[in-house]
Amino acid sequence: MAVCVAVIAKENYPLYIRSVPTESELKFHYMVHTSLDVVDEKISAMGKALVDQRELYLGLLYPTEDYKVYGYVTNSKVKFVMVVDSSNTALRDNEIRSMFRKLHNSYTDVMCNPFYNPGDRIQSRAFDSMVTSMMVQVC
Amino acid sequence: MEGLTLSDAEQKYYSDLFSYCDIESTKKVSANGRVLELFRAAQLPNDVVLQIMQLCGAKRLGYFGRSQFYIALKLVAVAQSGFPLRVESINTVKDLPLPRFVASKNEQESRHAASYSSDSENQGSYSGVIPPPPGRGQVKKGSISHDTVQPRTSADQQEPASPVVSPQQSPPASPHTWRKHSRHPSGGNSERPLAGPGPFWAPFGEAQSGSSAGDAVWSGHSPPPPQENWVSFADTPPTSTLLTMHPASVQDQTTVRTVASATTANEIRRQSSSYDDPWKITDEQRQYYVNQFKTIQPDLNGFIPGSAAKEFFTKSKLPILELSHIWELSDFDKDGALTLDEFCAAFHLVVARKNGYDLPEKLPESLMPKLIDLEDSADVGDQPGEVGYSGSPAEAPPSKSPSMPSLNQTWPELNQSSEQWETFSERSSSSQTLTQFDSNIAPADPDTAIVHPVPIRMTPSKIHMQEMELKRTGSDHANPTSPLLVKTSDLSEENKINSSVKFASGNTVADGYSSSDSFTSDPEQIGNNVTRQRSHSGTSPDNTAPPPPPPRPQPSHSRSSSLDMNRTFSVTTGQQQAGVVAQPPAVPPRPQPSQAPGPVVHRPVDADGLITHTSTSPQQIPEQPNFADFSQFEVFAASNVNEEQDDEAEKHPEVLPVEKASDPASSLRVAKTDSKMEEKTAASAPANVSKGTTPLAPPPKPVRRRLKSEDELRPEVDEHTQKTGVLAAVLASQPSIPRSVGKDKKAIQASIRRNKETNTVLARLNSELQQQLKDVLEERISLEVQLEQLRPFSHL
Repeated sequence: MAVCVAVIAKENYPLYIRSVPTESELKFHYMVHTSLDVVDEKISAMGKALVDQRELYLGLLYPTEDYKVYGYVTNSKVKFVMVVDSSNTALRDNEIRSMFRKLHNSYTDVMCNPFYNPGDRIQSRAFDSMVTSMMVQVC
Repeated sequence: MEGLTLSDAEQKYYSDLFSYCDIESTKKVSANGRVLELFRAAQLPNDVVLQIMQLCGAKRLGYFGRSQFYIALKLVAVAQSGFPLRVESINTVKDLPLPRFVASKNEQESRHAASYSSDSENQGSYSGVIPPPPGRGQVKKGSISHDTVQPRTSADQQEPASPVVSPQQSPPASPHTWRKHSRHPSGGNSERPLAGPGPFWAPFGEAQSGSSAGDAVWSGHSPPPPQENWVSFADTPPTSTLLTMHPASVQDQTTVRTVASATTANEIRRQSSSYDDPWKITDEQRQYYVNQFKTIQPDLNGFIPGSAAKEFFTKSKLPILELSHIWELSDFDKDGALTLDEFCAAFHLVVARKNGYDLPEKLPESLMPKLIDLEDSADVGDQPGEVGYSGSPAEAPPSKSPSMPSLNQTWPELNQSSEQWETFSERSSSSQTLTQFDSNIAPADPDTAIVHPVPIRMTPSKIHMQEMELKRTGSDHANPTSPLLVKTSDLSEENKINSSVKFASGNTVADGYSSSDSFTSDPEQIGNNVTRQRSHSGTSPDNTAPPPPPPRPQPSHSRSSSLDMNRTFSVTTGQQQAGVVAQPPAVPPRPQPSQAPGPVVHRPVDADGLITHTSTSPQQIPEQPNFADFSQFEVFAASNVNEEQDDEAEKHPEVLPVEKASDPASSLRVAKTDSKMEEKTAASAPANVSKGTTPLAPPPKPVRRRLKSEDELRPEVDEHTQKTGVLAAVLASQPSIPRSVGKDKKAIQASIRRNKETNTVLARLNSELQQQLKDVLEERISLEVQLEQLRPFSHL
């Protein structure tokens, strides 16, 4: 159950960012932005080795007091960043991986849409619904 | 004579006429007297009348049965509307006015005729008999607007008609379309439907010249009024219903109006009730879509690439966002291309959107592409069911009442033709139809809908699976589905077969894997399985066409041909397969490794657990030679002497344990998801390596050591399932003898010999694999170098 989900393009601008509506949404945006540096760091570290070897799932990028940030990068350098609540201890690595996998699948579906121009903001309803399903349900 | 579907109004009218003609109440009318009068009253030329009588079969029978009479009446209407008289035109001609008879007979009939007549303009005169002139639409328009007042003043029955009326309110909008229609020949009714295509097809002008396309389509079939109707405000149905109201005598008019308004009310209710009705594609529409599809992609089984589809749909001038959503809905298999079904669904959604319907959040069932691959006839059968299913009663369409009636009123007419849409035509004008509709709701099997998304992606692999299945027909391994299924998922990440396995009968996949294991004797199968499994094993960088696979069959082949299997199975050498097959059944009862102690498993699994594993697995999967092997391994492990194991361990510290362990491990992996089993197999493998002479419990330590090495090497062995299979087969054959402790020495020695041979085979295999591995690594290094050279930025 993520608190914030973001899709960042190769040029490091957001294609899609969505957080649980709180008053500190800006904080999430900031966290995602700072996590980009960590993502780049991780990519470059692996970059020496073969691209094949580089795993798409980057794992925990950095933890903060309240939140943990996970990252995932595709082969086309599109990054998915997910912020989860630290108090949500039930979330295991596998679950995060599966969430990223779902994100990736939905993203490819969006890309398959000929009406979607790569680089546009993602406005697909299917993508939205998928992200909603993995966000923390704030009631 | 094809089935005749009548609207309720028609039904009523025809039955009235029939009862009128059926003076003798014999349920059939002779071709004399009143019938002839009636036909003459239709003011059709005699030859036409004769043709009608011929067509309806009365000439054959010598009299008019009820059906013949109805058909004849329908044909009269057809003829009066100016359509060519054909048998098909009975049902294909949509929006047909009721046959008009200059009733000199009785006033009621004539009144009815007039009332039912859609083009009667004069009150009380059914010289609305005059076939509507081409310009009728326009004329009618005036009269319509004039007459709408009348209907409105009537009871609230008119109220449902008012939405119907509303399109009439916009005569300015329609005339230009009608004018276009005036170009078209034939009756006025037929013109009205054409109103649609003009504006709508303008956007598609590039694909076809606007209304000319409509013309083309129009002339192509019995006019496709539905197309136009659904495209734009189809004035036809409302006008027809309205017109029925205004003429005739007051009283009858009231009744007629009642009927008509009831009709319209029902139509509207039907429209609103069956919200998903709009999503139904009628035959005409479908035909039109197919034609459009052909313009882009001549092959009906082919795909329309995304770019072409994008251009095509952009012509419809819908906003990109909506087109994007439509695409998401209609591209069912998410492949970026549209099949015919997907294209029709997308086109239909575009049309609906242009008519003001909001796009659904998910694809309506009636638009879902038929999953013929996976569901075969099930989906085709679902189609009508889906139609009915989708019609949820009393669900008003989201908005756009003007368009609603136009859109939906076309349905009754449209649907008269297709058998599939039979229900629609019956539904056309009464609440009865709603109930019928419900009854027609074949259980549109929501499960199939649910299942669809995923299996569709598996389509190619389904075929693949079928191929595998075909290849494996000889196999009598009733492979367990679940272990293999899980195993496949473990093995490959994105292998289609994996996912398809989940949906297809697990047997196919299981067969694949088991065959890989057991059919090592069959080089082709092995090759297939190997290649498949290679693709399965995500760990291997060269998944699909690596050099290794071709050589692999040979070793297995040689292995199979050379030794153990023949001897072991004591079956004819050529029938190693049979031997393999024979063995597994024999194995299951045996693998009660009472002697297989726990230590085989290096994990802290108690012996009982292990034994239960061993025992259960063979029981569950008796045909799995792997499991049989495992048990054998265990037995061997049990029966192996410590020192022997040690010797063996020293002999092949890395190779053999790797081989044997890896092979059984991989086979295990293939066969089962249970890692414990793997370990067990691995454990048993080394145990097996060491000739099992002493049926004592194998020392845990050597086993564990081997297990560890096996574990490390296990990832590399994924590809060697085939060999594992061979090994398994070989081992499977062995167990029978050295099973219990204290069998005669001879048997044990024989088993030892066999094991040695197996060892050599495996050693050979291992060396080959090592060589392949080196080659692959070298390739990889070279590729890496190239990549580094090509990569502009080091960190990108």
